[in-house]
This record gives sequence, C-alpha cells and structure tokens, in this order.
Amino acid sequence: MQLQCPNCGPRDVHEFRCGGEVQARPGPEPQQEAWATYLYMRANPLGWLREWWFHRFGCQKWFIAERHTVQQKVRATYFLGGTEQGGGAA
Amino acid sequence: MRGLDGRQPDRMWRSPELEDRYDVVIIGGGVHGLATAYYLAREHGIRDVAVLEKRYIGSGGSGRNTAIIRSNYLTPEGVRFYDESLRLYEELALELRFNVMFSQRGHLTLAHSDSAIRTMRWRAEVNQIQGVDSRLIWPDEIAAICPQLDVSDHPRFPVLAALYHPPGGIIRHDAVVWGYARGADGYGVEIHQETEVTGIKVDNNRVEGVQTTKGTIKTGTVLNATAGWCSLIADMAGVRLPVTTHPLQACVTEALKPFLDVVVVSGSLHVYVSQTDRGELVMGSAIDPFQSYSMDSSLTFLESLSSHVLELMPSLSSVKVLRQWAGICDMTPDYSPLMGFTPVEGFLIDVGWGTYGFKAGPVSGKRMAELIATERTPEILEPFGLSRFDSLELVGEKGAASVGH
Repeated sequence: MQLQCPNCGPRDVHEFRCGGEVQARPGPEPQQEAWATYLYMRANPLGWLREWWFHRFGCQKWFIAERHTVQQKVRATYFLGGTEQGGGAA
Repeated sequence: MRGLDGRQPDRMWRSPELEDRYDVVIIGGGVHGLATAYYLAREHGIRDVAVLEKRYIGSGGSGRNTAIIRSNYLTPEGVRFYDESLRLYEELALELRFNVMFSQRGHLTLAHSDSAIRTMRWRAEVNQIQGVDSRLIWPDEIAAICPQLDVSDHPRFPVLAALYHPPGGIIRHDAVVWGYARGADGYGVEIHQETEVTGIKVDNNRVEGVQTTKGTIKTGTVLNATAGWCSLIADMAGVRLPVTTHPLQACVTEALKPFLDVVVVSGSLHVYVSQTDRGELVMGSAIDPFQSYSMDSSLTFLESLSSHVLELMPSLSSVKVLRQWAGICDMTPDYSPLMGFTPVEGFLIDVGWGTYGFKAGPVSGKRMAELIATERTPEILEPFGLSRFDSLELVGEKGAASVGH
C-alpha cells in the first residue's frame, strides 16, 4: 500500500506513522470529561476515515488522509486547511 | 454422515428458530459470548438466552488467535484476572466433558535489552506476589529449556534473559468454542448462527430489543461480545468506546516432527512461536500499525516475521509456510479490556480484548454471567469498567500484553 504525501508524492506506507482519527480538540479550559473523550474515545468507523499521518522517513510533516478501513484505499491526502491531493493506490 | 458403528453422530447443538423475546441476548458467538451463556445457564439458572453470531461460531478472533494461554501479566489486577482464567482452563476439559487439548508446556518471553530485563523482573515480582509461577532466567537455563534457540552473542539482538512461566501453554481453540457451545446448548441456550444484528432498540436510555437479519427480538439485557466489531455494535446503542480495530496476522508452517515443547515469545523481535500437537509451527506478530477492519494477509508481515523467527531459530530456514491469515482486534489505550455496564441501561459490554481475548474466555464468561445475574460488578471486574477512562484510572498492561502471547 502506498500513501500520497502532499509534499513528497507517493511513498510506501511504512515511511509514515499513523496518528489516528482527526477530531476536534477541546477548548482552552476543558472539563475532564471533554479531555477524556478527546484522548480516548474513538469513532472506529467501518468505511471512510479522516486520520492524521506523519511522514517519518521523509519531509517530517503531518497531513490528513481519507482512508477506507476495509478496502485499504486512500481517496485524498492534504495538509490541514491546505489543498487536496490525489490519493495513493492500494 | 455416519460413524463406524453405523449410527448418526449426535448433534453438538441445535439450530432453533429465532423467537421474538429472550431474557438475555448475547451478540457474538465466540469464546466470550458462548462462555457467558454457558455460565449464565449452569451457575445462575438463566436459560432463556440467545447467542447471535453473524457467521458461524468461532469465526472471529476465537478461531484466528494463536491459542496461547498464560497469566504472567504486569499489573496485580491483570495477573489476578488472567490467572483465574488459566485455572478455569486447567479444569475445562473435565467441566465440559470435551477434550480441549490444553498443553501446559511452559512459556518463555525473551529479553534482548536491559530495559526488557527490567520489565520482566518487574513482571516476575508482581506474578510471584499473586502466586503465579513466573521467574527470570538466564541464557544457560534458557538453552537447557529450549536448545533450539540461538543464545550465543552472534545475533544482532542476542538473548540476554527470559521470563519463564511454566503453567503457560497452548490449547485447541476451536475445541473450547465447540465445548462451550455444546454445554450451553445442553442447558437450553439457543445458538443462532448466520444471524447478524442490524440494530439495537433503545428507549428512554434503556435497551428494549435487537433487530437482526432473521427478525426482531424483545429483550431487556444485551451483551456486546463482538471483539473487533464491538464499536459498530456499541454505536447501534449510542455508546462510544475507547477502541480502535487493528488487524493481527499469523501463519502456520508445514508439519514437522515434534521438536519445540515450549512457547517462545520475543517482544523486541515481535514474534511468538509454538508447535502444535499436529507438528505445525504457529507464528504470529504485532498488530498492523494503523486501524482497519480488513482481514487481508500481507507479504510485509510474512517477510518480517520470517526474518525474526530465523534470528531466533536458524535451523528453520528451509521450513515452508503452509498458510497465513488475519483477525481483527479491538485495541484499547491501556491494553486492558472493557467489561461491565455502560451509560445505556441493559446494554453490557465484554470487549476491548485486543490481542489477549482468548486466554481470558472462561473468566470473562463466568464473571460476566455473575454480573448479569446479580446486576452487580464482581470485585475482580471492577478495574476494567468503561468508566475508568472518565476517572483516568487506566490499567496499563502494554508492557506485558503488546506482543507477548
């Protein structure tokens, strides 16, 4: 499986570290419950998932990938708030 | 099919029609669900129970694990819990009148670094205080127990020490599933295979029923025992879990003459190896590094596993791999399970079993049955409640659970 790094292009998935599901960070003075939810609770969907990836053995940048959790496909990768790039083939 | 004496062999369990109400509905026909049904019926007289399985019983993690049983964990809570399970496994063949082929051949966890030795010394001390036979041993004793291992200083990561756990071993995992199924069926529990749950009816924060591909059921008590798929079932009841699902791969070689009579695990090399009674070597590794529900096998896994096994046992270099497979694991942040009540009344969980669920089947079944029957959490389950993530009281077992099977 390959991932399309928005900076470096298609690379083997083992160059990357997966950072888990994208979710909203609690505000500056969160309650403990909000923190616990942010830290531990996960949607764990069967289907499309937005998640963080880090190009560990490349440009050392974090980006977002939209990946399917059954078909091992990636339909888009992009920097947070940046332009979309094409996904890497499975 | 007829046996040698011409008689029809007895059915192990019935295939009844689905009724429209049950006292208890258990989702998931693996070792956890079936054991819970068995102990509910046997010890608490609750026999109006349906076990719903979307494929066939034992088709998930219960039939895909590498069948290793041990109790040499890291936290006192974990050690106590897994040790009760190991003791139940010791008596299980007698209890179920079914040969589960439990072979307590000993379990070796190898250390290749100073930090691994420190963790193992810690584990040995915790284990011994809890009465579990477990100790740290050095290369001369390792070589005596397992002469096939290369304990010289030639490998890239030499074997420095090992945690030795004599009561650990391997079991016939399908037999455990079938034994519990037959036992539960004998007490009147209904097992419904090819019956997939499609929805859970919750009214006023209380479970009212379950929708399945075979019809709708009314019930006040639902147990989610679906391991890798547990987030999807919990979502139907509106409960969120601290779980991500990761594939775990394993493989088996062609059959060899008996030569390895101990389970060998290396956390640093991410491998575990044992030889079954049929002579095949069963080998497994760590979970895949990102979440997925896919049960595909990968060449990457096979290559890295093989190279690590050969570092430990160079003599296996010409052995052929027969097949490989994957299962999916419901990983929690602290590598401990999630058992007990949820914010939705009547919706119970026995999930978060990650890569260590099979060895906990009997104790989970017995104690979850007690919880359902008494509507109170047994003391041994208290550390594993879902609410520990709100109160930030985690039970960190990563040091003993991540690869050590």
